[in-house]
Amino acid sequence: MGRYLLRRLGFAVLLVFVVSSAALLLTRLAPGDFAAMQGVDLSGDERDRLRESLGLNRSLPEQYVAWLGGIARFDFGQSLLYSRPVSALIGERAVNTAVLATFALLLATFLGIPLGIYTGTQTGLMRSLVRAISLVGISVPPLVGSLALVFLAARTGWFPVGGMTSSTGMDLTWTQWLTDLARHIPLPALALAIPMAATLERLQSEAIESASRERFVAASRARGIARARSILRHAWPVSLRPVLGLYGVMIGSLFSGSFVVEVVTSWPGLGRLMFDALKARDLFLVAGCAATGAFFLAAGTLLADLLLAYTDPRVRTGENA
Amino acid sequence: MIRRVGIFLAALTLFALVAPWLAPYEAGDAFRGFLHAPPMRPHLDGLSPVVHPLVLADRLEQRFEPDRSRTVRLPWVQHDDDAPVFLLGADDFGRDVLSRLLYGARTSIGLALVATLGAVLIGALAGAWAGYRGGWIDDAIMRVADFVLVLPVIYVVLVLRAVLPLVLPPSTVFILVVWIFVAVGWPFVAKGVRAIVAVERSREYVQAAQSLGAGPLRILTMHLIPACTGHLLVQATLLLPAFVLAEATLSYIGLGFPEPVASWGTMLAGAGNYNAVARFPWTLTPAIAIFAIVLLTNLLTSQPRRNQA
Repeated sequence: MGRYLLRRLGFAVLLVFVVSSAALLLTRLAPGDFAAMQGVDLSGDERDRLRESLGLNRSLPEQYVAWLGGIARFDFGQSLLYSRPVSALIGERAVNTAVLATFALLLATFLGIPLGIYTGTQTGLMRSLVRAISLVGISVPPLVGSLALVFLAARTGWFPVGGMTSSTGMDLTWTQWLTDLARHIPLPALALAIPMAATLERLQSEAIESASRERFVAASRARGIARARSILRHAWPVSLRPVLGLYGVMIGSLFSGSFVVEVVTSWPGLGRLMFDALKARDLFLVAGCAATGAFFLAAGTLLADLLLAYTDPRVRTGENA
Repeated sequence: MIRRVGIFLAALTLFALVAPWLAPYEAGDAFRGFLHAPPMRPHLDGLSPVVHPLVLADRLEQRFEPDRSRTVRLPWVQHDDDAPVFLLGADDFGRDVLSRLLYGARTSIGLALVATLGAVLIGALAGAWAGYRGGWIDDAIMRVADFVLVLPVIYVVLVLRAVLPLVLPPSTVFILVVWIFVAVGWPFVAKGVRAIVAVERSREYVQAAQSLGAGPLRILTMHLIPACTGHLLVQATLLLPAFVLAEATLSYIGLGFPEPVASWGTMLAGAGNYNAVARFPWTLTPAIAIFAIVLLTNLLTSQPRRNQA
């Protein structure tokens, strides 16, 4: 277990390093630098002076080594676009993305898993209905879902059409800010959660259906344990293995989805920040965003794997399942 | 299953090719007096379907009303440029949404199909080579594939596209975006192909081919890759909707096709902010088209599992 954990941590560090380096190098090699993207009224001389003041005229290896040196001291450099430290900028935005992603994940879990248990163990009209809805739900990608929800919100006024807080949210008290957030978060979170909830429902349904056919479930029924208890206490834990496996895969699509949703609903998150940084060729900010994204990704998959190991003793002891 | 997927892909290719011919107007035909005209409902006059032409009722509010005293035949039957027929409404330039949807189908589905073909081809070759040769080549290819698989697709596409020149002619955009999609799509294909080939290469029919003097290239292309047909087709139906969606996302954020080009992404980008969307919901029809493609492929791949159970 310790060795396994160490190997996974090593991969995570490598992932963050490679992804952020690649992002920095690609942005540096891209046609047009930050100075070239600034205003139309700058003369060539002024652009050159801007380059010099920002250190953009240094050679690629020189710049890369300087950036690496900074990383070693946890200094991610200065954003050219916002003239602020990259770490401070990312700190603000990453929290917003994390809030959105966590909320969407919880929503998907609390919708998908119970419904999956229901459709996997019950019969009747209700089950067919839920299945049909979830087949439609799988087919609503976050881009389509968020556009549809923005349309719904604009038409009905049920919830705010975008943003994370109202524009007057500057000097709110803590509780006011929280209620404001609670009003803004359902739309983007729902757009993200719908396909995930549907995927979870389908998988949980199949998993618990096959787990219910196992002999130890029949044995538990024979011992006189009620059906509901036998499903929840005996069949469900076993069926969790493929479901938890899916969480590791879903982290990636959660990221892709949250980028789209952030853009459509103007949620001030990491995706939006990275997009703006890319367009302005703000290379340190791009690299910082990529590093943060890779870190979240590695942490998410690691967490999913650990959860899997925790619930399945076969993984914990290294026995082949 | 294989047959059904094959038929589906062939039908989709055919649709992407002929869709522009079904369009009543050209993609760029702009009717200046009909900005954001709403969809018109056809009804039967005797045996031929007709519509009431639209008259601008309020220029400030951009509100149209049907002129019930007159009727116009559908544009496939009779073109009348003074009284255009918008079955799915008009966009902010007064262009027919239905026509742009059909032209956009060629761009969006066409791009996705070409990219899918590329990803399947390269994935099959890379996976088969890795599985057949084994050793360090296998390790190297699969490490790269695993690494690409971990990354969130949209971000990779976004970075790769954003570091290229931002303003490009549409044909260049098409080729570049196809290559980017192939670069992120091939590992999905390669992993499965490698697994199948690694098992199949020790089968008797491969040994028979080897003993008859067939070279590795012949064995790979004539024997081992055909053994993966089912996997390749399934992967194709998974990649296709993902690529349609990725094109829409890229164009929506302004990194895909430039404006006059009709694609589902540029149409969604043109739908504008929530205000415009609420007033002119018909500009969101490309979203329904994307949903339909995703739903179709999901129905196609989810059916057989239900039969087994």
